Amino acid sequence: MNAIEADRVWKYFGDYPALRGATFEAAPGACVALLGRNGAGKTTLLRILANLSKPTKGEVKIFGEPGGGKTRERIGYLGHGIGVYDDLSAIENLTLFGQLMGVADPATAAAAALERVGLGRVREGFAREFSRGMRQRLAIARAFLHKPEVLLLDEPFTSLDDRAVAVLHDLLRDALAKGATIVMSTHQIREAMELATQVALLERGRIVHSGPRTVEMLADPGWLYRKYEEKPQ
Amino acid sequence: MKRDLLAALFIARKDLRTEFRTKEALNAAVSFALVVLVLFSFAFDLERSELYDISGGLLWIIFLFAGSLIVNRSFTREVPNDCLDVLVASPVPAWALFLGKSISSFTLLMVVELISLPFYGLFNNIIWMKTFWPHFGLMLLTTWGITVTGVAFSAVTVNVRLRELMLPVLHYPLLIPLLIGAMEMSTALLRGDAVDNGPNLRLVAVFDAIFTALSLYLIEFILVT
Repeated sequence: MNAIEADRVWKYFGDYPALRGATFEAAPGACVALLGRNGAGKTTLLRILANLSKPTKGEVKIFGEPGGGKTRERIGYLGHGIGVYDDLSAIENLTLFGQLMGVADPATAAAAALERVGLGRVREGFAREFSRGMRQRLAIARAFLHKPEVLLLDEPFTSLDDRAVAVLHDLLRDALAKGATIVMSTHQIREAMELATQVALLERGRIVHSGPRTVEMLADPGWLYRKYEEKPQ
Repeated sequence: MKRDLLAALFIARKDLRTEFRTKEALNAAVSFALVVLVLFSFAFDLERSELYDISGGLLWIIFLFAGSLIVNRSFTREVPNDCLDVLVASPVPAWALFLGKSISSFTLLMVVELISLPFYGLFNNIIWMKTFWPHFGLMLLTTWGITVTGVAFSAVTVNVRLRELMLPVLHYPLLIPLLIGAMEMSTALLRGDAVDNGPNLRLVAVFDAIFTALSLYLIEFILVT
């Protein structure tokens, strides 16, 4: 059974089709780099996979189940917004999300997650006082907190310095080693290619390529874009 | 079910904690209520009996407007940093999220009402202490009705550009039956009338029950666009 299946997913915003029959699947343990130019529909697809938005047509399944309900427990989502509260401290934020996600010992898990992303020293600091990079690290800690089986990450490398990128890489490798399935949209293709086992390219709402990451892609991150730009759909 | 109810309490506690830290809605609502009370006390030069005739209406109009400032913040609080997305994507069912938001808004509005009540008596020379407990029961019931409908509309309008304007336009007309019942009961209690409040009490209770059930049922459709 696939961890993620999107079957001919259409999404209209008014008359505009943001997704046009996007079909895509990921096996358990896969790390999918979801690529595409601005406005290609990456965020829309991730939001539908996370059950934040309903497809106009088509179907999405997580481990064979339709989105929502109990499948939410198995998903970790990091969107464009960091999804933490400015007026709560870092530890309060993560403890709250640990409680909501059903983590066994939320306070301990929150403290460990903050240490892991290098925010242990500022655990009592309010999120509003953090730099952009620190806020992104807090968001990453939040998304990984409940050890989800499926991670949906929208531009996770945004605002991270090299040390934080390394931390995120470690977290992603750990998650993959434990069998998690990852779908991440990104424009930092080089970083994504290092981890990806599968690459999907979205172009104007359609998945024009979905397959294993190849040697060419790793050697030349722009290769896939060029290939499909030369062959307009 | 128990875990979901617990999640609702966690959400309510988070809202109350952030509100008591920032006091954004609380300060605005208390200031608004006190200013209106002062203005009313100067605006009308009424005989004592006439004052008691309008006492219930005056009280609930103030609570209603102050309540708008509270309920408007309930889902708007989740807009910065896209926190609402994280809550909706979490295993917490939408009804538990709604319940948590309703509990926190209800608590805040009750705080505003309890702060305003002594000033209401003071500025308008109305004796309210004698009937405090029955009135407190009425406040609990009516405030829940105001809150539960307001939080539902706050969810509906959370992504609307003019949400501050849209919320009262949608919310106030719906509250007419609830407020008619509450105003009549408040006036009767404050005047000390020996009237049967049963029909009005039933009206308020039924309103609460219907709109609580309806909101809990519909909130999933509202939040997942």
